[in-house]
Amino acid sequence: MTNQMPRKGRKAVGREEHIVIVGASAAGSTIAQTLRREGFAGALTVIGDEPHLPYDRPPLSKQGLLGTWPPDRTRFGASTAYAEQGIDLKLDARADRLDLDARQVYLATGEEVGYDRLVIATGVQPIQPFQQERVHVLRTLDDAVALRESLLQASAVVVIGAGFLGSETAAAARQLGCDVTLVDVAQAPMARQLGAEVGWMVADLHAANGVRMVGGTAVRAVHAGAVELADGSQLKADVVLVAVGSKPATAWLEGSGLPLGDGVLCDEAPEEVRAVGDVARWTSRRFGLSLRLEHRTNATEQAVWTARDLLAASKEPFDSIPYFWTDQYDAKIQVYGVIPPDARLVITQGSPAARRFVAQYRSGGRVTAVLGWNMPRETRRERASLTEI
Amino acid sequence: MDVTIDQEGCVAAGQCVLAAPDVFDQRDEDGVAILLQPPPADQYDATREAALLCPARAIHLSE
Repeated sequence: MTNQMPRKGRKAVGREEHIVIVGASAAGSTIAQTLRREGFAGALTVIGDEPHLPYDRPPLSKQGLLGTWPPDRTRFGASTAYAEQGIDLKLDARADRLDLDARQVYLATGEEVGYDRLVIATGVQPIQPFQQERVHVLRTLDDAVALRESLLQASAVVVIGAGFLGSETAAAARQLGCDVTLVDVAQAPMARQLGAEVGWMVADLHAANGVRMVGGTAVRAVHAGAVELADGSQLKADVVLVAVGSKPATAWLEGSGLPLGDGVLCDEAPEEVRAVGDVARWTSRRFGLSLRLEHRTNATEQAVWTARDLLAASKEPFDSIPYFWTDQYDAKIQVYGVIPPDARLVITQGSPAARRFVAQYRSGGRVTAVLGWNMPRETRRERASLTEI
Repeated sequence: MDVTIDQEGCVAAGQCVLAAPDVFDQRDEDGVAILLQPPPADQYDATREAALLCPARAIHLSE
């Protein structure tokens, strides 16, 4: 990284201060545990809106739906770990409102929690335009348990939206023996995330496993037992999953004066307020882009960086290389970097026909991303070919 | 320092190898993390970083 402008006005957290973290998933639990591990001795409160102990989300759409892992296997550490670390974990407690001047968080339970430093890690919420019975979304552990129960009794399943979650769920439902149709406005699954070329490879993967892809169409409505497409045709559906994306969980921050715009704008937030994980938007100097990433590794990396920045005021801004993966059937697809819409795909190792390859995405004379399909070790090595700026 | 890898939980992200290349590697066929050697004292910090950054929290240390 060449840009090392000192970051203005940052002051390390004092030992008497109270840090309040709103959000108890990967980012929230990681920042709390990192603060403790690296010596923060002040008061530490973590507020989560689910009744469950903090747990990991990526396995929900994989081992969770398939039933190969019991639900509590996704839990982060033992139930006693938080108390042992002196972390006040408030579960089943939704933050309703923030008062920046008073430095108070107001909970739905009526409780008020004052802070010296606030970390916002409330993540995202699924977009759900078809709210009704037997129409599922998948974000939480309870969602996954409910969806699995429905899938076990279903014959025809329609998945609306063929991004990460939709594609992974289609694969899991198929593996559970359901008759699965995947619907998206894009022609191929994951085309928005990985580009059309790799999207068609993912389409082939689903076709080979017996999932029907209905591309290039919107959904007009969901009826009892059927999904109606834009042209009026109907798909039989005992169970429907809506996986058409998510929006940052920032409703509780509206009117607080905190700068928002598809997430919490970290660069413009007051010094005592930070945001980490899916809800955080910041400017990446490496890519020259405003980024908000719904990636599991970003939650950890940003939480660890922010914990250290709170403890010792980092000189360099957060600027990691984004990474994400998806597991569908026997395919593991991994990406390091950022894929611009105009990027050109160049295969560098292996071959798509053999279902084992590494490829680079090139844009504007730079390598902006590396993708691997069932070649994890080689893909990680080729990460070094990403162009530094 | 004792290092245990939950190889069934490992998601083959390679974050451990990036953080501590002298301690971790990945299996050729599926990218699952393996231990190259018990970490020597000068690799403790890197090994802790690897455990911290693992997106599957599949690396367990006892010190």
